Amino acid sequence: MRAQRIGDAEWLGSWLIAIRATCRASPRARAAGRFGQLALLAIGMLVLAAASAQPALPMGPAEARHLLLRTSFCASLSETRALAALTRDEAVEWLLDGARTAPSTQPDPELDRWTPRSQVRAMNPQDRRAWQRHTIQQGQALRVWWFDEMLATPSPFTERMTLFWHNHFVSSLRKVRPTRLMYRQNLLLRQYALGSFRDMLHAVARDPAMIQYLDNASNRKDRPNENFAREVMELFTLGEGNYSEHDVKEAARAFTGWGIDGETGEFRFRPAFHDTGMKSILGREGAFGGGEVLEILLAQPQTAQTIARKLWREFVSPDPDPAEVRRLADVFRRSDYDIRALMRALLTSDAFFADANRATLVKSPVELLVGTLRQFRFDVGDVYPFVVVSRQLGQDLMAPPNVKGWPGGEAWIDAGTLLARKQILERLFRDGERVRTPVATAPIAMRASATAAVSAAPAAGGANAMTARTPTRFQKALQSVRFDPAHWASQLDRDSRDEIEAAVLPARALHRVTSAPDRLALLRQLVLDPVYQLK
Amino acid sequence: MDRREFVKTIAALPLALSLPAFGRAPGASYQQLLVLIELKGGNDGLNTLVPYADENYYALRPRLAIARGEVLQLDERSGLHPALKPLLPLWQSGELALIQGIGYPAPNLSHFRSIEIWDTASKSDQYLDEGWLARTFRQTPAPREFAADGVVVGGHDLGPLAGSAARVIALASTERFLRQARLATPAEHATNAALRHIVRVERDIVQAAARFDAGHAFQTAFPRTAFGTSVRTASQVIAGRAGVAAVKLSLGSFDTHSNQAGTHARLLQTLADGMTALKQALVELGRWDDTLIMTYAEFGRRPRQNASGGTDHGTASVHFLAGGRVNGGLYGAPPALDQLDGSGNLPFAVDFRSLYATVLERWWGIDSYGPLQGRFRPLDVIRV
Repeated sequence: MRAQRIGDAEWLGSWLIAIRATCRASPRARAAGRFGQLALLAIGMLVLAAASAQPALPMGPAEARHLLLRTSFCASLSETRALAALTRDEAVEWLLDGARTAPSTQPDPELDRWTPRSQVRAMNPQDRRAWQRHTIQQGQALRVWWFDEMLATPSPFTERMTLFWHNHFVSSLRKVRPTRLMYRQNLLLRQYALGSFRDMLHAVARDPAMIQYLDNASNRKDRPNENFAREVMELFTLGEGNYSEHDVKEAARAFTGWGIDGETGEFRFRPAFHDTGMKSILGREGAFGGGEVLEILLAQPQTAQTIARKLWREFVSPDPDPAEVRRLADVFRRSDYDIRALMRALLTSDAFFADANRATLVKSPVELLVGTLRQFRFDVGDVYPFVVVSRQLGQDLMAPPNVKGWPGGEAWIDAGTLLARKQILERLFRDGERVRTPVATAPIAMRASATAAVSAAPAAGGANAMTARTPTRFQKALQSVRFDPAHWASQLDRDSRDEIEAAVLPARALHRVTSAPDRLALLRQLVLDPVYQLK
Repeated sequence: MDRREFVKTIAALPLALSLPAFGRAPGASYQQLLVLIELKGGNDGLNTLVPYADENYYALRPRLAIARGEVLQLDERSGLHPALKPLLPLWQSGELALIQGIGYPAPNLSHFRSIEIWDTASKSDQYLDEGWLARTFRQTPAPREFAADGVVVGGHDLGPLAGSAARVIALASTERFLRQARLATPAEHATNAALRHIVRVERDIVQAAARFDAGHAFQTAFPRTAFGTSVRTASQVIAGRAGVAAVKLSLGSFDTHSNQAGTHARLLQTLADGMTALKQALVELGRWDDTLIMTYAEFGRRPRQNASGGTDHGTASVHFLAGGRVNGGLYGAPPALDQLDGSGNLPFAVDFRSLYATVLERWWGIDSYGPLQGRFRPLDVIRV
């Protein structure tokens, strides 16, 4: 009898594992599977709480929403209900447990194809231009693939973490043109997203996209290039002020010879270009290679603090609490840089759930779009328009503006981007009868793609080709986006105005909702409220 | 109290509106309008202002050089690309200045990084988040009755106006902006910094929308190009009585890596026609004498042509200043084609921040040290 075993935490754990093992179906089915499993778990926990001598305190819907909105793009109604019955620790464990190390969808194999350098060299100018145009289109396909993965994945938390690392270990399609390199970097960031930061740092340093982005391919002993050495210290580990120019110069020598094989697109160490001499870095001396330099950086306490502080800004509040950052950094170091351990400590902290920290972060464009589409279960065929709109809103996936990444926070919002945010939301929640050709949105698409083409294409022809084709695909795809407000509302406990507001906004609306003739009009007012921009 | 809170407080007091002292930011004359034109992608300075007497020029560009006979000669060694012919009247009336050899130390050849350096007025190895104009407006805001500090026409890239402190509006057309602005409603209370920021931006939108005048009928015939449309939109914005301090336009792509000749000629023609129309519109509005037009770009192009009939990313370049009070002529130093650096690029003669210092000190009467985080010598290019 099951009832006899209730109260046995171990049983619950194995039960969870068993359920998870059965969910190996397609991504979307798997996502559905995870909902069902969560519902079962919630019921289990309620029974468990009732039967146990020391009842665990369920966190309730408000905390569940907060946790989901911050970690999973949105707080869907079904997940909110299920998580509300769990304690904070259990809910965070559930999130961590569902994390993936590989994407749930497969991109077009073409995105992973490498064109050997010898082949490129042999092209005549015309073929080369065509190849360059093709590469730029592939870059767009890669963005579409990732956006789609964010919508389809059963573990949105995995994608949020991958997005975080994309903004930490920055590389960009604008400099790293071959999609294969950026695709593989994306796989790498996901693989380690909740794994070992030590392993991730070592893997990133040998990642061909990173090597190209930070010019290590041209770092040779006779003419060292300091770009990677500088950024690995300033941005990836120690932070500004915790190293000297001398350290940068010496570290650059240690990474000489780390390059890319032009024929395979893989990492290649070229001993002939490597400086084997003695180096002195942060007070240590030796004939260091790159890997040893990374270990020296990991041995510095500032590295754990840099990461803890950055994750705080991403998940907790714009103002890190120094004492808490020290505590979290300590957890991180003692776990030998286990990101999972750090995230567990961060997400279960009182600060994370503190009232003062709720609704204090600005949603990034990707969070706003993916969150809205997931929250209301929009039926989206081609996500291309959202990739375009995200770029227009300031977040061009796979192409952060510079090595520091998107500054984020308030910088997401200016008069142009705020109106554009409201415009796409208004478009998504427009009354069905009034759907017309999106005249107002078409020029945005053309503008945005023209900008991208200008910035990405040395070949002027690329710009024309893209501009000519874009509006059609943009308009068609956007027009086919569907959403059923009645079906969405049917999941609510009570289909009341307050209930809907609490489900949609992270805090009370700034604008009093005026007479809303129907549910869609109410939702439209809520998503246009300034508070909807927050998480 | 920060400046926006101040604005809000003042706005709540109708009596204060009549106090003349509030109408003007102390020391800054923002009635003098700045119009920036970004030549996106990096304009080829050598084929814009051609050093037609320099034999190195013809040696470096056997296919791309503008023949001596076609150059619109300005003096005994420099002349304009023939496509810039519409600008000759401006030159002849002494209202067009060309500043040669503008660049910066340790130049970066990446579009993104170099335009970021220009936009933020940073050093080559310094990363700043705020544009130089945004920094200026944070330190010395435009009068509160202005529709906005700055307006960006035809794109969402705020460039030098990026940064949360400035009141900046981005729009493609005034009509569409006014339609979209209906989606913004200013709210009264906000509980945290992020929300306060969003509410401020909404208020800026509503304020600008209330003060733009989309209806001015111009006699000027605007060119039927995308840039011509931007010039018309900018003119509409300027026609509004509420005022703006800076307007930014952009034209591109000047990133002419291949088959440059035709593309570049078309772009220069578009630029010249657009600037001419802008002058006419400003004359119509009675604003030509208090407008300064300035072009800029992330870099120039490499002196030596490449194998595809184009030019690659370069360094120093030439830029235009135009306006009713511009002291026309050639400034800076002609390109030193015999002193190219290791990548075959030109040394610079005038730091780009000298252009900005000219705008700040000579045009707006503001100390440029704060916004530029250093001392840069303004050019003597404005008639007093």
